[in-house]
Amino acid sequence: MLRTFRTVVLTVVIWTCCGPSWALDADREQMKGLDEQVQEVKSDVLGISAELSRLEEKLLYPSNTQVAVFIALAEGDAMRLDAVQVQIDGQLVAHYIYSFKELDALKHGGVQRIYAGNVTTGEHKIDVSVTGKLQGGADYNQAGSFAFQKGVEPKLVGLTLAGPDSGRPAIEIGDW
Amino acid sequence: MPRRAPSRLLAFGLAAVLAAGSASGSDLHDLYFGEALFHADQGHYFDALQRLDTELGQYHGLDEPQYDSLHYHIGAAEFDVGDFELNYRMHHRAGRAIRAVLEGNVDPAVRNEAAFRLARIHFQKDQPEDALHALERIEGEVPDAIADEVKFLRANVYMALGRPADAVEVLADLQRAESLTGFAAYNLGIALLQDGRTPDAIEQLDRAGRVASGERGAEAIRDKANLILGTMLFEAADYQRAYESLDRVRLEGPFSNQALLRAGWAEVSAGNFERALVPWNILAKREVTDSAVQEALLAAPFAYGKLEIHGRAALMYGHALEAYTSELDRVDASIDSIRKGKFLKALLREELKQDRDWVIRLRTLPETPETYYLMALMASHDFQTALSNYLDLEDLRTRLVSWQTNFDAFKDMIELRKQNYDPLLPEVDADFRELDSQIRLRMEQREHLDKRLQGMLTAPRPDYLATADERIVSERLDEIERHLGNSTTPETQALQERVAHVRGALTWRLRTQYHERLTEAHTHLNELSVVIAAMTERYHSLVRTRQAATHSYVGYDVPINQLRRRVGEALQRVNLLMARQGHMLETVAINELKVRRERLDGYQTQARFAVADSYDRAARLQADMRPDGAQTGEVQPDETQPAGVQPGGGQQ
Repeated sequence: MLRTFRTVVLTVVIWTCCGPSWALDADREQMKGLDEQVQEVKSDVLGISAELSRLEEKLLYPSNTQVAVFIALAEGDAMRLDAVQVQIDGQLVAHYIYSFKELDALKHGGVQRIYAGNVTTGEHKIDVSVTGKLQGGADYNQAGSFAFQKGVEPKLVGLTLAGPDSGRPAIEIGDW
Repeated sequence: MPRRAPSRLLAFGLAAVLAAGSASGSDLHDLYFGEALFHADQGHYFDALQRLDTELGQYHGLDEPQYDSLHYHIGAAEFDVGDFELNYRMHHRAGRAIRAVLEGNVDPAVRNEAAFRLARIHFQKDQPEDALHALERIEGEVPDAIADEVKFLRANVYMALGRPADAVEVLADLQRAESLTGFAAYNLGIALLQDGRTPDAIEQLDRAGRVASGERGAEAIRDKANLILGTMLFEAADYQRAYESLDRVRLEGPFSNQALLRAGWAEVSAGNFERALVPWNILAKREVTDSAVQEALLAAPFAYGKLEIHGRAALMYGHALEAYTSELDRVDASIDSIRKGKFLKALLREELKQDRDWVIRLRTLPETPETYYLMALMASHDFQTALSNYLDLEDLRTRLVSWQTNFDAFKDMIELRKQNYDPLLPEVDADFRELDSQIRLRMEQREHLDKRLQGMLTAPRPDYLATADERIVSERLDEIERHLGNSTTPETQALQERVAHVRGALTWRLRTQYHERLTEAHTHLNELSVVIAAMTERYHSLVRTRQAATHSYVGYDVPINQLRRRVGEALQRVNLLMARQGHMLETVAINELKVRRERLDGYQTQARFAVADSYDRAARLQADMRPDGAQTGEVQPDETQPAGVQPGGGQQ
């Protein structure tokens, strides 16, 4: 019995990778069919979402007043970003506290749209303050004030944040 | 099964190696592309896809896309959309996206990468023939970043197709690939095993089991190599080497329980009952839901029995009996709870979604016994897919419900805007018309002046540049001359001379100042242009404002109604699919629990008999040791072995 069992064990270990093999062929087929349908509905909902997003943008942020503020981290920066506060023309428009996952995504080159709103055409002022920690655990606080020009097209304001070791300005504004 | 199972097994390695394949955001030119990466990096693939789909749609709709900021990333974006779809378990769309790149007029390196990605999708979908077909489209230059992965995938495809000899050839070439540390070594061992070269497989798995790496994936695959090697050596009755191999499995890894269990059986098979107790006693203290632990609860007292420590064995059998009874109660409670629908509700708990280790946390929820066994269920790829689909459907459902409420808000907003702008527009239109006529007038004037000045550059006309006063003087002189007529009286002649003198002075002034005045006229013309430009800008601003006002409430009824209908239909489909997917999950979970129940039932019965037997033997041994020296006979080792406990991991 021992020998028979050993053979079974070896086969089980190699072919099923320690998991319960619950699904019979009929179940698997049913599961596959469901999976196909789930894929279809996902595709449909994505389509609806894209259309809805365009409608919302047109309705809520028409291009002649649209302004969007984005946050990026300087490449390879070791600073731990805790929070960012953004004011446009003296009005607080965003105060964001970052989770570990979000910070990770920023460090991997992702860009966060922290604010989308409306301003009139012309000159505006944006104030940014950043709170974080440096590698050694010291607090890191920076603030910057920048002017930007809003035209008739949507305005995208990109803010790149950096720690003191990067050799770049703590807060850099970019035009897109 | 023999075909499907290895591909699933090997996909584990492949997925771990290729998981971090998404584009990075360095040197970013398109913020929205960066935003898609931001979502994708957090696993929010719906948001990432929605963003990237929108961007790509806009890009491809442009007449001159080369001037769009996405143009800098278009190659990465086309690939990423496929990757995101794959991660969002939309294999069909992912395949289509990558096929589009493959069929397009692209660089050979890009085409090769697309072929690789398509092959990966087919492989993950258990379509090894298609995967091989896609791989065969790779020719010429292969990007360095994926060169090893292409070979690794090819080897895995060969194995899935039952061509282990071909896989061995490819994998042998990959043993120094850093990105595949552990995986290439392990897969080579398995390929050799499949090819029937067992001694070579043992040596290769031994190498794979000693690979030095701090990577989590590589450590797990090393453990797995040791576990399989240990089992093979155990099978070959090489117990000492089997034990050594199993001993290399980390105590904290996912294969630890099985390794401890088998290490114990290896020692038992070699007759080392005391040494078998070391791994089994560690194992017996672990989480009792694990099948290896459940077996160890019987195996440890079995070893004590062999060592003739029957009292201790009896106590441990008693403890096992209690544990099995308690587990059976828990399994029954779980089945009951699942039947009441609590399982699906527990899976959707919002706070769990915030936790990376949500499956582990589910075990700690006291009011949801049904989730206690989720870890074991999650080991199945099919269950994982079904569960992920269920969670995705719930996410879609939440979004759709939220959108439905948004439509009402949009309608309100549009109505308010209409009420605000409708009375204002007639006034704006009147301003618009007035400004329009002013601009037209000024533009005509400007055009007339411009033509005249251009003409004067070739045919000078000083009179055109006379001031208003000079024109009056000139006209006055004409009038005086008309009055004087042709009279030749001395008074008249004197007056005519004076008129001629004045006219001469005027002509002199106009001629001598001509160039200066022409320059000045051009300056004035330019000033008029500035005025016209300002008026035109005001005009355009008025047009924009009017358009913006109109666009803020006109033309939304049809799209909103259409979207509302589509959302409603999609919600119905999602609800239906959720019900079916949920039912499937419940059925699977209950079936799995029933299997556990049967096993526990068997263990319980064995434990009951073993308790009684051990007490009996302990009593007899005590009687034998009494001072009167009466002997009752020797204990036969085989009699103490629990009837149904099978060494080496009896879970099926």
